[in-house]
Amino acid sequence: MSGILIIAEQRRGELRPISLELVSAAQNLRRAGDQVSVAVLAAAPDRFIDPLSVAGVDEIVAVKVGLAEFDPDTFESAVGALVAARTPEVVLMAHSVDSFGYAAALAARLGLGFATDVFKTERIDGELVATRGGYGQKVNVEVDFPGRTTVLLAIRGNVWKPPEESAAPRITAFDPPPVQSRAAPREFIELAAGDDIDMTGAEFILSIGRGIGEEANVPKFRELAAAIGAELGCSRPIADAGWLPKSRQVGQSGKTASACKLYIAMGVSGAIQHLAGMKHVGTIVAVNSDAEASIFSVAKYGIVGDIFEIADELRQHF
Amino acid sequence: MKILVAVKQVAALDEDFEIRGDGRDVEPDCLIRDLNEWDDFSLEEAVKIKEAAAEPVEVVAVSVGPEEVDETLRKCLAKGADRAVRIWDAAMEGSDSIAIARVLAAAARREAPDLVFAGVQSSDQSFASTGIAAAAFLGWPHAAVVSHLAYSPGAPTAVFRRELEGGVLQEVEIRVPAVLTIQLGINTPRYASLRSIKQAAAKPIEVLSPADLQLTAADVGAAGSASRVRRMYVPDKGRAQLIEGDTAQQAARLADIIREFKGAAP
Repeated sequence: MSGILIIAEQRRGELRPISLELVSAAQNLRRAGDQVSVAVLAAAPDRFIDPLSVAGVDEIVAVKVGLAEFDPDTFESAVGALVAARTPEVVLMAHSVDSFGYAAALAARLGLGFATDVFKTERIDGELVATRGGYGQKVNVEVDFPGRTTVLLAIRGNVWKPPEESAAPRITAFDPPPVQSRAAPREFIELAAGDDIDMTGAEFILSIGRGIGEEANVPKFRELAAAIGAELGCSRPIADAGWLPKSRQVGQSGKTASACKLYIAMGVSGAIQHLAGMKHVGTIVAVNSDAEASIFSVAKYGIVGDIFEIADELRQHF
Repeated sequence: MKILVAVKQVAALDEDFEIRGDGRDVEPDCLIRDLNEWDDFSLEEAVKIKEAAAEPVEVVAVSVGPEEVDETLRKCLAKGADRAVRIWDAAMEGSDSIAIARVLAAAARREAPDLVFAGVQSSDQSFASTGIAAAAFLGWPHAAVVSHLAYSPGAPTAVFRRELEGGVLQEVEIRVPAVLTIQLGINTPRYASLRSIKQAAAKPIEVLSPADLQLTAADVGAAGSASRVRRMYVPDKGRAQLIEGDTAQQAARLADIIREFKGAAP
């Protein structure tokens, strides 16, 4: 068992950024003589060869599958066959919506060592050790994989920086076995805007979370956002409750607030998915009554206090 | 028709929790236990199907864990589950999500449901893998992060939407029996009424061991797991620079930060 096999991730013809982050994650696991191979599964995999030709990749494996888009049975079968053929020591994939659908099934079926949401990897006394969060990210947990010859790690996004330099890896093809999928992907559905707002373009966002308590408090913060010149955003529970349209939800599964430079989070505790979607923001100010809220670990400035009192006082300044 | 809902009793840490002597977990007395938030939604989804169906639908809540998990299963009974099953014995200590999935799959084989629901992930360990691994042990179709579901009892397929990144959904049709992992927001979970809480307290909870499900010691615990906890520790976290003072002073500083941003913005 040797070498590192990376499973790239693509959606609707676009390589997802995590694919290149996985290349960087592979580098400190590489031992002398280890090859780093990146497999890309797609109906037309060749289009991904160019964007995957980066430093740190020795080989790109084009895996032509029958479906244009992700399907658990198709991916589990193809990656399973590839792992059996290549017997890598480590398989890296994204910790993502797609891998949620098949990584665990693959690990269970093939008897692989397995850990998800991994944000650190190392070798300690020659043994592979992965670190993930536990108890709502309050502690770090180091796990190892005694007796396993192949280990599958699902890697957290936005942790490793993608390689900047391009390279000319060897290109090979792998024919996956035929598979009869038990599910049929239909169409993609773009989230209805709800109101005419595109959070992806907002530079200044005032975001509200569970801490606002009840729907009747939403107008107060809407008014405050307008007064200070911010777009009003929210965390998942607020959108799920229907207090604000889904288009105003920011974080990983909501809109990526990619242009945001100033983010004021009021009463947002900071679930990992929310924090992951906000990591790139230059200045995060967190206002929360709970001094232990996770959001304070990513915020630049923090105010421990009552969000309603702070909101009232802040309103006086504008 | 039957729906099996796999639920987990999750544990949050209290303010002054301590790492256990062996460094591999926290002291158990600093844990605050509750039903996993995701599982509240998957239970509600099952109960909704039951309430909308013309034919009888049985909702069975199943959980893996020691006696204290009964409290969580009673909550499920109060929220509309018809029966509750708990599986445990001491050999299961140290089981990871793969070993737990093997046990849930064995329970599903025994119950023979049409659908199995599990949460996308748990709020404490966030593996996002138990339900899908259980599907692999069962050999059943499976899908993750389901945020909308249409299923009529007796139909050969279900149609669902899975939630992708950036506010995009994908519609998928899947054959049943299947295992689906359910996302937050798919519905609005109900609160249990006082009456139903009282009734739930009187209902039996079936307790099984892995042996009752034809599993051996090698299937569970450390032997049946795909990973082992080596060490648990409290990380040095980044820490926000706290804005001190009274409310007026804090708000004034925040107003300055906003003005500085606006001054710098083009």
